[in-house]
Amino acid sequence: MFAILKRELSSYFSSPVGYVVTAAFMSFSGFFFYVQCLNVGTSSMYAVFQSMFFIVLFVIPLITMRLFCEDRKYKTDQALLTAPVSIPAIVIAKYLSALTMLLICLSSYIIEGLALTFIASPDWSVILGNVLAMVMMGSAFIAVGLFISSLTENIVIAAIGSFAVNVIISMIDSISSTVTVPFFKSILESLSFQSKYSNFALGIVSLSDVVFFISIAVMFLLFTERVIERRRWA
Amino acid sequence: MIEVSNITKHYGKHLALDNISFRLDEGDILGFLGSNGAGKSTTMNIITGYISSDSGTVKINGHDILEEPLEAKKNIGYLPEIPPLYNDMTVEKYLEFMYRLKKVRLSMKEHIEEICKMVQIDDVSDRIIKHLSKGYRQRVGIAQALLGYPPVLILDEPTSGLDPAQIIEIRKLIRDLGKKHTVILSSHVLSEVQAVCDKIIVINNGRIVADGNTESLTKLGSETRKIKLVAEGREQNLYSVLKSVDRVTEVKKMGETEKGCYEFIVESTADVRRAVSKAVARADGIILLMQPEGRSLEETFLNIISGNEEG
Repeated sequence: MFAILKRELSSYFSSPVGYVVTAAFMSFSGFFFYVQCLNVGTSSMYAVFQSMFFIVLFVIPLITMRLFCEDRKYKTDQALLTAPVSIPAIVIAKYLSALTMLLICLSSYIIEGLALTFIASPDWSVILGNVLAMVMMGSAFIAVGLFISSLTENIVIAAIGSFAVNVIISMIDSISSTVTVPFFKSILESLSFQSKYSNFALGIVSLSDVVFFISIAVMFLLFTERVIERRRWA
Repeated sequence: MIEVSNITKHYGKHLALDNISFRLDEGDILGFLGSNGAGKSTTMNIITGYISSDSGTVKINGHDILEEPLEAKKNIGYLPEIPPLYNDMTVEKYLEFMYRLKKVRLSMKEHIEEICKMVQIDDVSDRIIKHLSKGYRQRVGIAQALLGYPPVLILDEPTSGLDPAQIIEIRKLIRDLGKKHTVILSSHVLSEVQAVCDKIIVINNGRIVADGNTESLTKLGSETRKIKLVAEGREQNLYSVLKSVDRVTEVKKMGETEKGCYEFIVESTADVRRAVSKAVARADGIILLMQPEGRSLEETFLNIISGNEEG
């Protein structure tokens, strides 16, 4: 399992993908940090995180797109599936490699926070709360992206597919506002990623929100495992 | 060592494998012979646990591939039809990855070096796999199958893409490995199977149509002998004396090859080379070429397959 995790991580950086993704993420985060913190003269990074929500939606499909579909395309899945490694271990290793990539991206916030300490005293609880929010939300989105990557051999479809799903998920709030049947409205509202993300961003860490994101992640990891397992029987 | 019992596999409505069974002991080299799409790769994919069969069981060293997949897979080294190579890695890094993936316990650096020498890829170990030629890629694929010296080696067309010198090397390597390992290799090149394997299974349309050791299959249906003969003389004279030789069943005129020289195919039920030589001399002919047309595995193979399709 660690062999796969290590290989996946090194493969991000043996192709331009890893560099482009981190560079794009960090430059956007730096841009918003300049515009919304330094330029307006506040030490609150709250606005930066709000803006980065949509950047994360973009970046995660790029991280997850190749995880399973390239293995299928180049038949390297034959090496993985005939090695003495269980399918759940393969899925988890790939998942963790993508999560590590996200953590590398998010490390830019810590740098920005440290930069702020030279000129002001930033509210670290907000910064860490927001990073936690992004990790939580990201872990759910990555599982979704991993699942979509396992469905196709085409890397472009995997990327656009998971991007589309991410956008739909993030639009649940606006969709639910148009629904008038209270029953469906409450279901949609309870599925909203954004409201839970905002709770974290405001510094409210509630157990139910943590459980929500983790269970979404676990659910899609299970789906992925089923897809891989089912293909053997097709 | 390997026990395959009654495996059947459908791809949708298409029956890919129909009740395949065989068993192999330690040190056996089995050749899987069949035309493209006969079911060779499907069988290998099922044995290695890459895909599952609809019914039937596969046991590797007593471990069922479905019930104890990790234990069974530890015993297998597999080279699929398309070598499962990560294009973005160097040969060395790839083999290190596969070494860890397969949980090999031997000392890593020396073990990988040794295998690279065996398949002659030590000169490209720091190259990126993407840039390697087909022959090298194939040999890197063989190298990863050998990692950890698993007791069972399953090689799907191991010599495809290699040049003739490399083919000889790899065949020799497989024969050497066959002394300690159980090897299954597939091929549609008959001479390869003839040269390397001691057991052969011919598979056609998902069914085993012949199963036996190499010699017995080669002998199969070899009661009629054929001689190709080129002689100088008068065609009609030569034809009639050849016809009159004892045990000759048929003589076919193949036409004039050069001025005054004619080719014949002589079929007989015994070795008639001496009698033919005397007979031609009696007719004032001169033999320019006499070549026994041994019945090759190729013909047997084609016969089995066509006979199978007719039946």
